[in-house]
Amino acid sequence: MSPIFFYLSFWFDFNRINVLVILGLFFAFVFYFINQAKKGKSLFVRRISGLDAIEEAVGRATEMGKPILYISGIEDMDNLQTVASMIILGNVTEMVARYDVPLLVPICRPFVVPVAEEAVKQGYIKAGKPDAYDKNNIRYISDEQFAYTAGVNGIMLRERPAANLMFGSFFAESLIMAETGFSTGAIQVAGTANIHQLPFFVVACDYTIIGEELFATSAYLSKEPKLLGSLKGSDLAKFLIMIILILGALLETFGITEFSSWFFVR
Amino acid sequence: MDLGTIIWNTVALFLTLCIFSFLYKDNPFYKFAEHLVVGVSAGYFAIILYFNGFLPKVWEPVTQRGEWWYLLPTILGMMTWARFSKKWSWISRFAIAFYMGIAVGVAIPLEMQQRVIKQLHATMLPVHFTNIQGVWNLLIMLGVLCGLIYFFFSMGHKGVVGGAARLGIWILMIGFGAGFGLTVMGRISLLADRITEIHNWYLMVTKALWGF
Repeated sequence: MSPIFFYLSFWFDFNRINVLVILGLFFAFVFYFINQAKKGKSLFVRRISGLDAIEEAVGRATEMGKPILYISGIEDMDNLQTVASMIILGNVTEMVARYDVPLLVPICRPFVVPVAEEAVKQGYIKAGKPDAYDKNNIRYISDEQFAYTAGVNGIMLRERPAANLMFGSFFAESLIMAETGFSTGAIQVAGTANIHQLPFFVVACDYTIIGEELFATSAYLSKEPKLLGSLKGSDLAKFLIMIILILGALLETFGITEFSSWFFVR
Repeated sequence: MDLGTIIWNTVALFLTLCIFSFLYKDNPFYKFAEHLVVGVSAGYFAIILYFNGFLPKVWEPVTQRGEWWYLLPTILGMMTWARFSKKWSWISRFAIAFYMGIAVGVAIPLEMQQRVIKQLHATMLPVHFTNIQGVWNLLIMLGVLCGLIYFFFSMGHKGVVGGAARLGIWILMIGFGAGFGLTVMGRISLLADRITEIHNWYLMVTKALWGF
């Protein structure tokens, strides 16, 4: 091995070149579509069915004069689902602010609190009601999973929100919270990319946003060029993945394994 | 069996029953247990953070090993406290931005590797009808492709695409049903474990009181 290669291997893992190539392609798609979106080109995104459910939930809370409970999951800001949840929170706040409905946001991780506060504050400002922002409605409960769940259940039973919106990363507490919300008669819309929790949301909630629809919802609601561009870029990546899958399967069927082995990650 | 064990096990039983009382409706016992667990976990985490976070990752490296660079992330963390001041809250945005940037930068390549590339490699299977495995491989391919089409947002679900998306969601729901059943089995086993603990408490107390 040449000396340059040897020293470079301390900084660069050559076994992961395939990850770099695919990531590079993905980024190229995303940057292209973000550019297109910034130039004002109309990018078609089909309507996510769960959005109607969110609007219905906000409408119902307005009619009943009861608050909306927004739960952003139990993971920290390093989880992409929490990031998507914060974007949706900002848009939900805008909807909620227009109808003067209180919004309660119990938080599991301390670091999410300032992000949630900022998202809610911006939502009220965009709706033209900055005075309606109440910092006390964004409450840190506990880092511990089931202590947080107990706290949220308590809020559901005492505050009796008309609608529960659960978007983010959830684990074993998902069914407990969804069942408690169901018992209070609230309309519930949930969305998570944790596939092991989706069955519980599907059975206990009125509508469930599945997996990537969570990220698509944040892009569709905000109409931000960066988010729309990311969504279109990931769609193109999905299309490429489908082509690769079909090609790989065909080659494997004929005994040619070199193509699929390039995708092997050591 | 010493008295301390009996007392603490009795406390555990009482709190278990307080939480189970929630199945009936909200009541002062559940509220007590809920507030206790929230308070205890907050206190517990504060101590964990101090002994497992601050001492080994900031205090000891800086004071005992002279590794002053650990102060840099400490300062970043302290900048988030500026959040409490209306005048200086803008300082916390730098720390938040830095943390989010690092977190997402670490997460994206990892997710790409684990959730996309490894899955891609594992799904490129030979499709044939010489044995049942070839048929299963075809079903797996079909399920993955239809599932991907369901999550394709650039086209409406109409015509052939709509049909494939419908098949995709059906396959997803079958998978969810299997996952639901498996997880419920696990939860029931947790309940069985709790009931066993209640029974063990009963045996422990009767033995302590009456010797059998």
